[in-house]
Amino acid sequence: MTTSKVASMRDAVRDLVRDGDTVAIEGFTHLISFAAGHEIIRQRKRELTLARLTPDLVYDQMIAAGVARKLIFSWLGNPGVGGLGAIRRRVEGELPDQPLELEEYSHFGMVGRYTAGAMNLPFFPLRSYFETDLPVANPLIRPIASPYGDGTIYAVPPLRPDVTIVHAQRASAGGDTQVWGLLGCQKEAAFAAERVIVVVEELVDEAVIRADPNRTIIPGLIVDAVVVEPWGAHPSYVQGVYDRDNRFYLDWDPITRDEATTQAWLREWVYELDGRAAYLEKLGAERLASLRPSGSAPSGSVDYGAYR
Amino acid sequence: MMSGEMTFSKSEMMIVAAARALAGRQVCFVGVGLPNIAVNLAKRTVAPELELVYEAGVFGARPARLPLSIGDPTIVTGATAVVSMVELFGYYLQRGLIDVGFLGAAQIDRFGNINTTVIGDYAHPKTRLPGSGGACEIAINAREVFVIMRQSRRSFVDAIDFRTSPGNLGGAEQAERIRREGGWLGRGPSVVVTDLGIYRFDEGGEMRLESLHPGATLDAVRETIGWEVAIAADLAATPPPSGEELRLIREELDPDGVYTK
Repeated sequence: MTTSKVASMRDAVRDLVRDGDTVAIEGFTHLISFAAGHEIIRQRKRELTLARLTPDLVYDQMIAAGVARKLIFSWLGNPGVGGLGAIRRRVEGELPDQPLELEEYSHFGMVGRYTAGAMNLPFFPLRSYFETDLPVANPLIRPIASPYGDGTIYAVPPLRPDVTIVHAQRASAGGDTQVWGLLGCQKEAAFAAERVIVVVEELVDEAVIRADPNRTIIPGLIVDAVVVEPWGAHPSYVQGVYDRDNRFYLDWDPITRDEATTQAWLREWVYELDGRAAYLEKLGAERLASLRPSGSAPSGSVDYGAYR
Repeated sequence: MMSGEMTFSKSEMMIVAAARALAGRQVCFVGVGLPNIAVNLAKRTVAPELELVYEAGVFGARPARLPLSIGDPTIVTGATAVVSMVELFGYYLQRGLIDVGFLGAAQIDRFGNINTTVIGDYAHPKTRLPGSGGACEIAINAREVFVIMRQSRRSFVDAIDFRTSPGNLGGAEQAERIRREGGWLGRGPSVVVTDLGIYRFDEGGEMRLESLHPGATLDAVRETIGWEVAIAADLAATPPPSGEELRLIREELDPDGVYTK
């Protein structure tokens, strides 16, 4: 029997996210832990460096709330909709008392950084950045000669978050975590991190994990806390459980265009609520029900075999 | 515009022209927005065998609906493979398995170099744009690059403010030398589809108008390009969208008109 790492979101964020930390809430469109982002806002964490390939609405909200001094990213936008206004205002100098430092890569550069961090390597080599202005904008992207004499490629440094937070379909109390659907770079971001918080739709018995070991992306070995927070990824989605709330992403556009409207949204939907349960109640059962998948598409099962 | 009895929008023409350009291609990296609908149209028309690759980590997607984002759950259900992003960019893109990468741009120059990062100075931007995403490595590693974007004086410029993704650099000779010496697998941009026409690249690596869409004029083309644009001697007229192409866009791919307005 492994020890239970199950914790409330409040306790996990209080104990594991510290002012000044580098925090990665990863998940590419899929499985973004908005619940953790909102709790970090409520606990008024400060001076964070936030890392994510796509800052998405979650970092737009967190940066609007003033938790961060720096953003490490590769694509800044609301996909298919428009911009992230709160971040943009701070970058374009509209709010000079709330500056935001940027450190910018490409997607491959960001996943390479997590991979180098996860493998304890000094850099990740990649065939990108040639003949572009990105290495000028970010001098941490550097050309290196192949030690085998066949040309020059680029290197990016390891990214080792103090805390990585991922949302998943299920985990055991010990933190063994299983995901299906888009995998993004959660595995790499988790192995790269000093501390890991896993937020799940469902807590399952260890036997469920052991019945399908190929689906485990993160072992409990590297997990510090397991938070059970159904719907914790809304308005992002969880494959097979609830759909992306595209209406929310569309509705965010007029909100984020104006600083006062953004702050009013944060008051109404984050500060004045004491946690995820209140958020879901406010969102309403009808809205949630509308996000359930329209049908079922179960995987075929495989037989791992027994070997005694 | 009219196609026989049917009217169509500039966006629909652009989507149809981009989809037709995919005929004969096998593996395509799908981007957000217009490329998403163009590639899905191609799969239903000129390129049924096309394998759709999404940077979110999907090979061989069979999306049942056209999603707002390119990380939608519909690209997973029924796909051939779901892989981590480091595998997608490393094994599929950098390994050279992608025939066509689709890119959009805020600014493009005559050699197909692309800016999606900033307008103005990087440190003090006038407008902060999304940045590279996967575009920079797609431009370098996809075997060829298609660009799809609307024309305007602000977007087709003599000099881009920031080079996010390399095209034919300062011209074909330089670009070919650097690609060869650097071991790039990509051959750079091959087609630019706009709301007015279709461009390919000449021997010098410069964009040249090859086909004019129905209703578009050379005056409109010249007014929306910030350099003296080359025009093919045998300039073609883009055939208008067929009834079937329009039906697929309107009924199956974009029933709410999100992309085609």
